[in-house]
Amino acid sequence: MVKKSKIITFFIIFAVLVGIVGSTTTGIVKKIKLGLDLQGGFEVLYDVKPAKEGQTIDKDTLKSAVRALDRRVNALGVSEPNITIEGKNRIRVQLAGVKDENKARKLLSTKAQLTFRDVNDKVLLDGSDLKGGAAKVTYDQNAPTKPIVQLTLNDGNKFGKVTKQVLGMGPGKNQLVIWLDYAKGDSYAKEAKKEQQGKKPKYISAPAVNQELDQKTVVIEGRFSQEEANNLRDILNAGALPVKLDEVYSNSVGAKFGKQALDETVTAGIIGIIIVYLFMIFYYRFPGLIAIVTLSFYIYLNLLIFYWMGAVLTLPGIAAFILGVGMAVDANIITAERIKEEIRSGKSIMSAYKAGTKRSFAPIFDANLTSIITASVLFAYGTSSVKGFALVLIVSVITSFFTNVYVSRILLGLWVNSKFLNKKPRYFGVKESDIHEL
Amino acid sequence: MISMSFRNPNFHFDVVKQRKKFFLFSGLLTIIGIVCLLTIGLKLGIDFESGTRVEIGGKNLNAEQLKTDFKELSLKPDGEPVISGKNNERATVSFIGQFSRTEVANVNTMVTKKYGSVNINTVSPDVGRELARNALISVLIASIGIIIYISFRFEWLMSISAIVGLLHNAFLIVAVFSILRLEVDLTFIAAVLTIVGYSVHDTIITFDRIRENMKFTKVKTTADLYKVINDSIMQTLTRSINTVVAVLITVVALLIFGNESIRNFSIALLIGLVFGTYASICIASQLWYVLKSKQLKKPRVKEADNQA
Repeated sequence: MVKKSKIITFFIIFAVLVGIVGSTTTGIVKKIKLGLDLQGGFEVLYDVKPAKEGQTIDKDTLKSAVRALDRRVNALGVSEPNITIEGKNRIRVQLAGVKDENKARKLLSTKAQLTFRDVNDKVLLDGSDLKGGAAKVTYDQNAPTKPIVQLTLNDGNKFGKVTKQVLGMGPGKNQLVIWLDYAKGDSYAKEAKKEQQGKKPKYISAPAVNQELDQKTVVIEGRFSQEEANNLRDILNAGALPVKLDEVYSNSVGAKFGKQALDETVTAGIIGIIIVYLFMIFYYRFPGLIAIVTLSFYIYLNLLIFYWMGAVLTLPGIAAFILGVGMAVDANIITAERIKEEIRSGKSIMSAYKAGTKRSFAPIFDANLTSIITASVLFAYGTSSVKGFALVLIVSVITSFFTNVYVSRILLGLWVNSKFLNKKPRYFGVKESDIHEL
Repeated sequence: MISMSFRNPNFHFDVVKQRKKFFLFSGLLTIIGIVCLLTIGLKLGIDFESGTRVEIGGKNLNAEQLKTDFKELSLKPDGEPVISGKNNERATVSFIGQFSRTEVANVNTMVTKKYGSVNINTVSPDVGRELARNALISVLIASIGIIIYISFRFEWLMSISAIVGLLHNAFLIVAVFSILRLEVDLTFIAAVLTIVGYSVHDTIITFDRIRENMKFTKVKTTADLYKVINDSIMQTLTRSINTVVAVLITVVALLIFGNESIRNFSIALLIGLVFGTYASICIASQLWYVLKSKQLKKPRVKEADNQA
């Protein structure tokens, strides 16, 4: 007698899986972050160098530099930037889907080094005199709609000295010129003329100093819009870090190229996976069908985990993923092959299933565990793309073990225990003539 | 299907007997590989050499026109621009040295306006080299981990054999890339690492069967060993071939339908998979036979001690 309850259980599980996968896959796939090689964008790797002699680059400097870059990128309205520390003195910035790349690039590499200079462009104060992260937007007491940027200095006395010095330069020359990213060749004289002609000068502002100021807080009154004031605050809080960033690697991918790469790779993957599925049905029959169900579930689980982890899918990542499907098939092949062997040796379908699944467990376990050892080492010692690759490998080995060992067994077990497959070796791809008599 | 011929359970091939031929073949390949690497070396992509690569997508691209365009930006390509695609819709132009930020911006603006889409990749060599060095160190550390694990779960002679198979395989991929003059880039490292993982995985399946069969047969002589290895290989052969066929299907699909930028990645995998299966069956298992035979032939000092 065929136990219908087992078969019904199978179809219930199957329907639940199909329901979950069918209803959520599109949403998940859309939300998975794509690397810039797939959606266009650019990536820069910076060598972090001391801005001043004697400064050391340590973990804290790097971390604050990353925070600074992150804040700046956010302030510039770039969504989902990816900024990571690499090695001892590198920072990688990846901005995917940037529309105006030239602008973003320029803003990123803006040193955001604030300097206070006299009219002869001599530096009086620089970013290192500012208290890190303390810039604020406030409003002019007399004109409450006019945003101003307030800074805090480390040392109030120093500002006293500076203002005294500027004051001493005499009327007409008593400006304290505030520059952002003063470049060689810039001069106050040149820019002041521009300002007189009604053009925007390169410096932020040049207030006249009328008295010595022994205070820690300083306000910059440019003619800011609210947004400009906010940007300046963000950039100053970032720029308060006196590090120098040198580009050592940069990669920029056009959006069309990325789209094309994505489409082609996904198409190739789908074709490859369909052929693997056909191969499994052709060769392993019933266990092959079960394998298709669990492999599809495996693919779904992997995508889900990538999404949960916020992993960024890159071109080699997708390729490794598609390849992972090929390798995940192995667990099914080992089990199915073992069951076939047991059937050929004359065992009944049910005992062949029991012996086959039991005996195929050790090799699958050992093989997967060594893969995890390899991947963990790669994850611990590798950098950037190797690390990402290792992570994909670890995730896929674990999900593969879960789906293609446990789920496969449960599903196949339901059919075997229902006795539906009894005396049907052909359903396992075994010819009756190949079966040895016990 | 190739695998169909192994469906017959009576199929038998004496693999152990052919071991010297396999060793000779692998030895020769290794020597040729070393010679090639020492003489012509690898064709390194810009990931490993300081330089800039600009990829352009457009219509009816023309090398001369591109050279003129770059000349206007005071940039001189290193060699001729390479035009590809059915309708010359893709071009790759290489430059010596890194682009400055302004140069990147200029090229970006020019190509986007004139042709359509652009990829610009500019690198100083240390980044790629560091990645490769780290990957190499990782593989060596992972090998030690694998040796420990296999020694613990199997036996240490098997761990040595598995690692030799693995390194042999990884080396052959590098050698084939040198011989075929294929460009080595960062994805190549990912491919070699995949194959390293696959090789051990594959070898373990065969070793597992040897381990299992050894539980049922007492192996006392080299003849016993010979039979156990041959039987185990035959019993796992269908699995070995079917698995590699399944993985190869996906790789070939990537090669035929996939994006051009992962072409070399796919080729590296293709070579590695074929050699990986070969190395498991014909190198790792056979090497273990040689090592184990020597162990069997040694006088059993330990047992004698125990009996005394």
